Amino acid sequence: MKKKSTLAQKLCTSPHIVWSAIFIVVPLIMVVYYAFTDANGAFTFDNITRLGDYTTTFLRSIWYGIVATIICLIIAYPLAYIIAQSKAKVQSTMVMLVMIPMWMNFLLRTYSWMTLLEDNGVINGILEKIGLGPFHMINTSGAVILGMVYNFLPYMILPIYTVMTKLDRSLVEAAQDLGANKIRVLKDVIFPSTLSGVVSGITMVFVPSVSTFYISQKLGGGSFALIGDIIEMQFQVSNNFNFGAALSLVLMVLILICMAVMNKFGDDDESARGGMMI
Amino acid sequence: MKKLISCLCALAIVFLTVAPLTAVASAKDYSHLRGTEINVYNWGEYISDGAEGTMDVNKKFEEETGIKVNYTTYDTNENMYNKIKGGGANYDIIIPSDYMIQRMLEEEMLEKINFDNIPNYSNIMDEYKDLYFDPTNEYSVPYNVGMVGLIYNTKLVTETPDSWGVMWDEKYSGQILMFNNPRDAFGITQCYLGIDLNTSDSNDWHRAYDKLKEQKPLVSSYVMDDVFNKMESGEAAMCAYYAGDYLSMKENNPDLSFVYPKEGTNIFVDSVCIPVGCQNKEGAELYINFLLREDVALANAEYICYASPNKAVVNNDEYSLKDEEILYPAPGDMPKTQYYHNLPPELLMLMTSLWDNLKIEGNDDTSIYVGLISFTVIAVGYAVYRTIRKKRRERMY
Repeated sequence: MKKKSTLAQKLCTSPHIVWSAIFIVVPLIMVVYYAFTDANGAFTFDNITRLGDYTTTFLRSIWYGIVATIICLIIAYPLAYIIAQSKAKVQSTMVMLVMIPMWMNFLLRTYSWMTLLEDNGVINGILEKIGLGPFHMINTSGAVILGMVYNFLPYMILPIYTVMTKLDRSLVEAAQDLGANKIRVLKDVIFPSTLSGVVSGITMVFVPSVSTFYISQKLGGGSFALIGDIIEMQFQVSNNFNFGAALSLVLMVLILICMAVMNKFGDDDESARGGMMI
Repeated sequence: MKKLISCLCALAIVFLTVAPLTAVASAKDYSHLRGTEINVYNWGEYISDGAEGTMDVNKKFEEETGIKVNYTTYDTNENMYNKIKGGGANYDIIIPSDYMIQRMLEEEMLEKINFDNIPNYSNIMDEYKDLYFDPTNEYSVPYNVGMVGLIYNTKLVTETPDSWGVMWDEKYSGQILMFNNPRDAFGITQCYLGIDLNTSDSNDWHRAYDKLKEQKPLVSSYVMDDVFNKMESGEAAMCAYYAGDYLSMKENNPDLSFVYPKEGTNIFVDSVCIPVGCQNKEGAELYINFLLREDVALANAEYICYASPNKAVVNNDEYSLKDEEILYPAPGDMPKTQYYHNLPPELLMLMTSLWDNLKIEGNDDTSIYVGLISFTVIAVGYAVYRTIRKKRRERMY
């Protein structure tokens, strides 16, 4: 039987609903409205048809986002496992170390990478001292991806770590007792049961990576724009809110599609496993 | 009790009004403005802020007049324009550049200034009055004047460049910094090609775009204020930037040198204006008058290092940049200069979309496609493999 919510419950939830309506739903409607109108408010498809010119930029953003997410996953997964396996005291210290950089401003962190990566920068200075030639690192796509990985890595580590701590050790032991080797245990027991953390980690890294704009300007030298840069330009320089809204709308749709595909993978696996375990 | 309070109030009022009268040596009485606020919206690093023993202009104004200054900054004209146009905030003072003043006037976004409250306007040099963007001198008061020039590092550039062409020289590939805003980037290119900065011929804009595209592989990065860092550290060999900023950079890196290229360059005037929607117009006018006062204008000119349109500064013997030829070229050495004018909407649109085009083309386009396609193939392959495996398992159980 469906429970009827009491007046008290309704009163409790209403601030949240009003809040979401004003600050999430209304802005979304405005984005859609702007995307399909011109500067005078007349209905038009021009903004959408113009998007074709920006295909490469969209693809570049998505590609960089994918690469950054994969690198984050490769780094974060073992790290989260190691953290989750260590003693309680060590654990809290390590989680702290992951979090501390996040307390510093995002812009500042990116800016300091600029100083590190420059041709006369700190890293090249050290490399030259030990006899390795200077490498050109700043203003390359590698630098941009590095910036993304560095800035968003904690968002991958933390959800995976949280799931890892809840991992049932007895399952691992059972698998080992039944003769599974280490790889088998990882592949068939540990990974499937931490998949929910991986999926939310991927979401939390991929979405900001795709839509980022500051990193590419500072570490990429502004010579190749990501979609976030183009959107920023429409609002800050060109004063073309309508086209900016159209770009944002398409970006949102693309991210939604990517996420839907992602979740499909996650759901499939869990249901399969769940079925098997029963 | 009531009497006591009113007595105290009266006393306080007497106190508060007498104090400023002794400080502000002006004929008019502005004591009624005490306790009010003004919102000032200025460029970053564009006022003497008390660093290293300089005058803190805003604090001094507050002390003298009792008007509180809420100070915020922007980094491009367009940024400021969008904020005001969006109606998100009320400002009493803004300092746009020439072409932006023209645009804001056309869109009726500026208030007429009451010059009765600004006796110090007489300090402004005649050559900075009656300018094209405010022919009747009713809406703006010049604050700073500047020109764009070529800044280069003598350690990395052995020749003595005299043309914008050096920014297209392949010798300096990877060491050139370019403006990261369309107007200035196109401006330099147009100067180099000998095109009018305000040309209404779209072919001219396309020609400039082609030239910018040709330059792109040589450009290390497109920058605005990061230019200070990169030029001072010797990271880049040359850039085009504002003359006043060169003087600030040179203090930190003596290897830098400066030239006004022979093809000509852009000159700009940043003027103080009062936008429509201001809440404290009289307070704003008092502030403008304060900025024009000899000691304040001098402190600002020393701090900002831009050329001053203020007679009282330029003729002041204490002014350390008085003989700086970069700011005040001798009449014979004056480079060819042009002002930016406000562009009609369709040209603005053309310019920004060309600029977008310049920015979206990367040098790694093929690797993106290869990468994305291989990723998709792997992902699809994995998905197919999983479905097959799942079906097989289902059959098994």
